[in-house]
Amino acid sequence: MASFLTRRILTAIGVVIAATYIFYLLAANAGDPLEDLRTSTAKNRDVLIAARTRELQLDVPAPLRYFQWASGAAKCLIGRCNLGQDWRTGQHVESMLGSALGSTLRLVTLSLLLAIVIGVAIGIISALRQYSGFDYGVTFASFLVYSLPSFWVAVLLKQWGAIGFNDFLANPHFPLLSLILIGAVMGVVAGSAAGGKWSRRLVVGAVGGGGTALLLAFLDKTDWFRDPSLGPIVIAGLGGGVAVLVTFLSTGLSNKRALYASLTTVAVCVAAWFPLQTAFRYSIGLTVVGIGVGIIVLGGVIGWLFAGPDRGISVRVASITAGLVYLIIFVDHLMQWWKPYNDSQAIGGRPIATVGSVTPELAGSGYWVGTLDTYTHMVLPVATLVLISVAGYTRYARASLLEVMNLDYVRTARAKGLPERAVVMRHAFRNALIPLATIIPLDLAGLAGGAVITESVFGWHGMGRLFIDALQHVSLDPLMGYFLVTAILLLVGNIVADVLYVVLDPRIRLNA
Amino acid sequence: MSTDYTDMVVEETTGDVTESLAIGKVVWRRFTHHKAAMVAAVVLTLTIITVYTSIGVGRIPGWWKFDFEHTTDILNPQGRPTMHFAGWKLIVGDHPFGQDEIGRDIFARVMRGAQQSLMVMLVMGIIATATGVVVGAFSGYYRGRLDNVLMRMTEVVIAIPALVGAAVIGRTFGGKGAFPLAVFLGLVLWPALARLVRAEFLALREREFVDAARVAGASDFSIMFKHILPNAMGVIIVNATLLMAVATILEASLSYLGFGVRYPDVSLGNLINEYKGAFATRPFLFWWPGLFIVIFALCINLIGDGLRDAFDPRQRRIPKSKDLSKARVSAPMPTPEEQAAALLEGTKRGRRKGKGADGVPLRPDDESESDGEARRRRFGAWWR
Repeated sequence: MASFLTRRILTAIGVVIAATYIFYLLAANAGDPLEDLRTSTAKNRDVLIAARTRELQLDVPAPLRYFQWASGAAKCLIGRCNLGQDWRTGQHVESMLGSALGSTLRLVTLSLLLAIVIGVAIGIISALRQYSGFDYGVTFASFLVYSLPSFWVAVLLKQWGAIGFNDFLANPHFPLLSLILIGAVMGVVAGSAAGGKWSRRLVVGAVGGGGTALLLAFLDKTDWFRDPSLGPIVIAGLGGGVAVLVTFLSTGLSNKRALYASLTTVAVCVAAWFPLQTAFRYSIGLTVVGIGVGIIVLGGVIGWLFAGPDRGISVRVASITAGLVYLIIFVDHLMQWWKPYNDSQAIGGRPIATVGSVTPELAGSGYWVGTLDTYTHMVLPVATLVLISVAGYTRYARASLLEVMNLDYVRTARAKGLPERAVVMRHAFRNALIPLATIIPLDLAGLAGGAVITESVFGWHGMGRLFIDALQHVSLDPLMGYFLVTAILLLVGNIVADVLYVVLDPRIRLNA
Repeated sequence: MSTDYTDMVVEETTGDVTESLAIGKVVWRRFTHHKAAMVAAVVLTLTIITVYTSIGVGRIPGWWKFDFEHTTDILNPQGRPTMHFAGWKLIVGDHPFGQDEIGRDIFARVMRGAQQSLMVMLVMGIIATATGVVVGAFSGYYRGRLDNVLMRMTEVVIAIPALVGAAVIGRTFGGKGAFPLAVFLGLVLWPALARLVRAEFLALREREFVDAARVAGASDFSIMFKHILPNAMGVIIVNATLLMAVATILEASLSYLGFGVRYPDVSLGNLINEYKGAFATRPFLFWWPGLFIVIFALCINLIGDGLRDAFDPRQRRIPKSKDLSKARVSAPMPTPEEQAAALLEGTKRGRRKGKGADGVPLRPDDESESDGEARRRRFGAWWR
């Protein structure tokens, strides 16, 4: 392993040097930074040109100029980075990269997380119902979504999603026809995903569709969309559902101790809802995260006390449940701030933002309004990114699970009479995740380079935007800084992926 | 996943007779039986014919009455499309896709944009495929030092994210017209294919038929391109097709950002960029070019998927139980394959149980790929 890593890292350093050199030459020839001066009619034109030439050292040919940049960049190794500055604004590249990377990561990690969870879930169901209507539907849908250009989706979402939804929120009522339509669509999806006998599918479809329609009608009547909230009773109900689901998926409901542990955790969390309301009011970001960690640990302790046939599983189930219920409580508290946020002067009843990452007028209005504001700004770009990248995970998860389901040990697990849940979740799913786990570092590294197009459509000042601006004005230093960060991240992502593969799959050996 | 196609004869069951077919025929038959791919191929062909005949190519005139630069009087208010349904009758009118603010015909502009996009896609695809195949072939065949050098080179190119490299190239060459742009963009997309071809060549060069060719006195060049290459064709065709789909979206994205095809020339992404400000008042300016991008990308992706299914030798299509029972009526003796399929597929009653034999898929799935190299070739495209 050590020799493999050394070799890979040495190669990666060589690759970074070569790639930055090539990129520097390409970028230096991409345009003329003197363009605006050459066409200007100012009297001191020649003086200006000479000044800028001196400033940017344009008289030094690019193949040599690279080494000046590289010597500054190499100082990063001893902690004194000098990546130059943007000649238009005089900003230092390091600080530009810092803020851009921060806002890109905020956008990208959330979208990646959502895309993985949704994509894997759909892919797994699709694989388990191979060659069913649901499978074909999902396959076609993922091809369609995969073929959509992101800028097109982004502009459509801006128009129909944001403006349409904001119009809806101004007068949040569903006409009867759309209730029926939404219910019917949900019913068909639920029914076809259920599988099994026709009678079972019909029941699942009817319950899913009817339930959705009734729920929406109820929310409509109580004016929930204007002033949303959950309250302790709904949280208890949802929490119970989460507890049962988590237990079912990880150990099966026959493990009574684990079930009791997670249900107790839910009860404790619901009881904690009351003091948390006061605690949240005086919270800032860190406290909220701290309380969350505390609750997850508390769940673990409850699971440990309940023990059961396998103490580890009880601990895990209870702490996962605790985390999810805390998330629900967090969302509930966020919802309580919705009405003041939505009615505030700066928002004016049109909460879904189409441009930028914050509403500047709301600066300093507290943690909860600030968080809500960040989320409303993230809705559209995240939706775009999830939509265009979810197809990849769906297909990948489906192919991966199908491959595993064909293997002998899965047949053995079935033959010895394990319940289908145990076969899928414990034997097949875990192994199907191995190839998935190894593409995630690559995706994360790639995405840190910024969703160039999505960022530019939504005016999000991240890495992608930095790149576009720098390229437009042929500002070499920011361009090179951007490229250095993305190239290093990509190479690191590649190495991590390889190592992860070996760690997760003992059949694979590194040929060092 | 290398397969030797030349000396392989596959027995394919066709209804009532079992006949031996050459692999090429098998692949072709599988492809033509892939419904989604066939529909996609027909749609794509019809679209391409429309795109090229409507406004003509170069000096050759087409059947459409307007060209993409000509301005005419604005017919409907705001240049709304004249195409609409009157009852059940489709009325096309003079400007079916509408007109822009200075009265240019959107149909002609979209057709011109589609021509440019298709050209860029094709040139990019060809250049990238050719480069990838040559690099991969030399690297995999000669191994050793040359392989090392070529693969390090590939790694360097991979370290430059596709969109980033393409944007810089587009900024440099975009003003010189669509064709040179396409040529240079082709130089960004080849590394993934080169790695796949290399893996294929590494496996195939150890096969007996290569030894046989060498003994017979064939030169390295002829072994590489006459003997090994045809056997690697499956991987190449499939990936070249999928690469074209990527190229379509890459070109559209670049033009949208302003680093691709530039004014006064037209491409689909360029049109969307030009009209994006007018979405609220003239959404049709935006719908049509986008629709054509989606048609091209979707059709090519579906065709690529069909090709992948067709070239994968591990794959056998399982007849549905409905078809099986139909076959059983017409054919007195089911073939062994059918019997096996029926056993595993389960009868209607067996299927309803939902567990056991029928839950085991008979064949490995379409895109099951286990080798580490192919791991990188995946569906996602984060750069978008």
